[in-house]
Amino acid sequence: MNKNNSSWFSRKMAARGVRSVVTAAIGFFILFLIFSVLSPQFRSGNNIQNLLRQIAPTLIIGIGQGFVLITGNIDLAVGSVVGMACMTAGTLMSRGMNPLLACVITLVFSLAVGVVNGILVAKINLPAFIATLGTMTVARGLAQLVNNNRNTDFIGSDAQGFRNLLYYDNFLTIYSTVWIAIILWIIMNFLLSKTRTGRHIYAIGSNLEAAKLSGVNAFRTTLIAYLISSFCSCLCGLILLASAGMGTMDAGTTYEMYAIAACVIGGISTLGGTGILAGVIAGAGIWGILQNGLQFVGAPVALRNIIIGVIVIAAVMLDVVTRTGKKKAK
Amino acid sequence: MEEYIVELEHINKSFAGVKVLKDVKFNLKSGEVMALLGENGAGKSTLMKILSGVYTRDSGTMKVFGKEYGDLDTKKAHELGIAIIHQELNMCRHLTVAENIFLGRETQKGITLDNKEMVEKTKEVLDSLKIDLDPNEIVGNLSVSKQQMVEIAKALSIHAKILVMDEPTSALTAKEIDELFRIINQLRSEGCGIVYISHRLEELSHVSNRVTVLRDGEFIMNGEFQDCTMDQLISFMVGREITEKFPRVSCEKGKKIFEVRHLNAGRMVRDVNLELYEGEIVGIAGLMGAGRTETTRAIFGIDSKDSGEIVLDGQTVTINRPIDAIKAGIVLAPEDRKKDGLCTKLSVRDNLALPNLDWLCNAIGKVDTKKEKELVDKAVSNLSIKLSTEEINAESLSGGNQQKVVIGKWLARNSRVVIFDEPTRGVDVGAKVEIYNLMNELKKNGTGVLFVSSELPEVMGISDRIIVMCDGRITGELSPEEATEDKILAYATEFEAKI
Repeated sequence: MNKNNSSWFSRKMAARGVRSVVTAAIGFFILFLIFSVLSPQFRSGNNIQNLLRQIAPTLIIGIGQGFVLITGNIDLAVGSVVGMACMTAGTLMSRGMNPLLACVITLVFSLAVGVVNGILVAKINLPAFIATLGTMTVARGLAQLVNNNRNTDFIGSDAQGFRNLLYYDNFLTIYSTVWIAIILWIIMNFLLSKTRTGRHIYAIGSNLEAAKLSGVNAFRTTLIAYLISSFCSCLCGLILLASAGMGTMDAGTTYEMYAIAACVIGGISTLGGTGILAGVIAGAGIWGILQNGLQFVGAPVALRNIIIGVIVIAAVMLDVVTRTGKKKAK
Repeated sequence: MEEYIVELEHINKSFAGVKVLKDVKFNLKSGEVMALLGENGAGKSTLMKILSGVYTRDSGTMKVFGKEYGDLDTKKAHELGIAIIHQELNMCRHLTVAENIFLGRETQKGITLDNKEMVEKTKEVLDSLKIDLDPNEIVGNLSVSKQQMVEIAKALSIHAKILVMDEPTSALTAKEIDELFRIINQLRSEGCGIVYISHRLEELSHVSNRVTVLRDGEFIMNGEFQDCTMDQLISFMVGREITEKFPRVSCEKGKKIFEVRHLNAGRMVRDVNLELYEGEIVGIAGLMGAGRTETTRAIFGIDSKDSGEIVLDGQTVTINRPIDAIKAGIVLAPEDRKKDGLCTKLSVRDNLALPNLDWLCNAIGKVDTKKEKELVDKAVSNLSIKLSTEEINAESLSGGNQQKVVIGKWLARNSRVVIFDEPTRGVDVGAKVEIYNLMNELKKNGTGVLFVSSELPEVMGISDRIIVMCDGRITGELSPEEATEDKILAYATEFEAKI
């Protein structure tokens, strides 16, 4: 029975794309080794702490994007919601509002974008790419509007506790941002792998029609995925605010690409139905280590972008090639 | 008098202004198999989708277990014990058997899923049906027939009292069909009422107790199955006597049009030689996987050829891609309509125009809408494609009409050779005859017709020459006079001796 169970587990994991996760994790450790050999600063304890804190925001938005991708949709509004959250909370705090209240208001605004996305995609049946392209532009506009097209002032010493909690505190030598990402991951991973909602998210991504005919509420499920994505984006925006101490209008620009890249490198298919959140850790890890490591070995920004872009394509190609190769062998 | 467990009366339903069901009645008793017959587009699937809560009716009454119900949704229908196995398999291929079976009504322990319980229950259902399947297998890894079994298990796991099967055998082999019938008989003896939709009249006679016939959205008759002859049923379905199931036109055999010499393309096409003359239809018979489809694909230039020569009207032609074949005048109506034959999301007009855009476009590449309309109108009327407007998506047509669109794409081109791969699969009797007539029409006009079919009566009924393939090789050739099912099967199983 036990033996049977383990083979079941491995089969299920295979269907969920665990192979890509393993590949990505190996890639992460190889990159880590290469940079450690090349640069002594890279392997310093201080940088490792920073590296983890650099990875955390990408991991957070990657988790949100992962939910949406598994339903077979996409959320392009991620980066703009990050910016909107950063600007909304920044504006409120710089004018003296209680940070907690400011965060709650920001969260409500951000979730509203998720609601709109969910309705457009699952009720009105717009293609997710187009619908979220629209809300992405609208949310960026709102980020600019909220403080009259200016970045905010310094959010004030009242908000120091907020800044420490989200960015500067250090517990067991690990920064709070990383702890937040870890806790979020554990909760979301539980939701996706152990609950009915999680099962439905896989089902509608695998075969929407079949899921509907089985009585799955596709609208509710899609909406939940978009809400989770907006929640994660909001959290990421607040972290950027805590880090900079002021809201900037272009905060989070192109972050939707980071989120998608983290998912895709980690084996979450953009076609829906497969992928696990462990992959996002590996994906965000590779993303962060390249940003950080290439800087230490002295690669200029332009070259960094090119290398990262090539790696995203290579990761997807590897996945596609191994999959079709396996099919042909049958 | 037995009680009806389902009673539908005066059901009406329209889609976008087109009436698909007009005042239809339908009933079902427990412990019987009711065959639901009708041509493609007669409204069978729509009626059953109303029963199972996928569609809502415009008017009419619906009684289930003697109780009247308003509008059902899929969930409510499940609770009543109505399960439907749809024509297209509706499985989540990334999920396991157990996950699929319990999709939408997962058992929970607290807030988490109770996987163990679901796997146990799945095992019970599979055991009770004597289906040998692992509940933890990923559905995407299963064969089509096994997936079909999972669908059935899923239907039964909700303790269905009313089970609708829409063309359950279209993807099954003979052995698997036997297995299915065993399960149907078992369910019937347990008191389940079964509605069985199929185009294969022969197989219905093995399982059906009663029969209901629909035509063009109207109720035609119902009665005991054994009281009806096949011919009667067919005439009920198509509304006229079908005098000949396989109409044959005799033609003078003319000059040689087309020849394939020593064609090799991978394992499944080995040293194939074919000849095609004016005024004849050549049928290619064989078992599944005999290399027939692969041969047509290699001729048409979809798959690359290893060696061989293709000669058209005495001239050798080079075909590396489909466009080369089309330009030379060789066209193919492929086997899998949805996958290879149609752009399902495009309109019928777009589909018909697609391969003809070369001559429909003017010098700067703009589509000449007048010419296009002529082409579309001609194809629709010549092939009597039933549709409300040519702007509807190809996928919304019934199977037979889809097939006509696939064929219609090519007819405007006056091609020299038309290759049909399984042209009548999933097509009803009436539309089958129409397709045969069309092939005969081509033959009369001197076009070479090559057609692949797995249905032996059809091959023997229509072809002027029968070529049999086995394992990538041509193993025999027969004239229709000398052909018998046994002879064809003998050639079709002439495997090479293993050394």
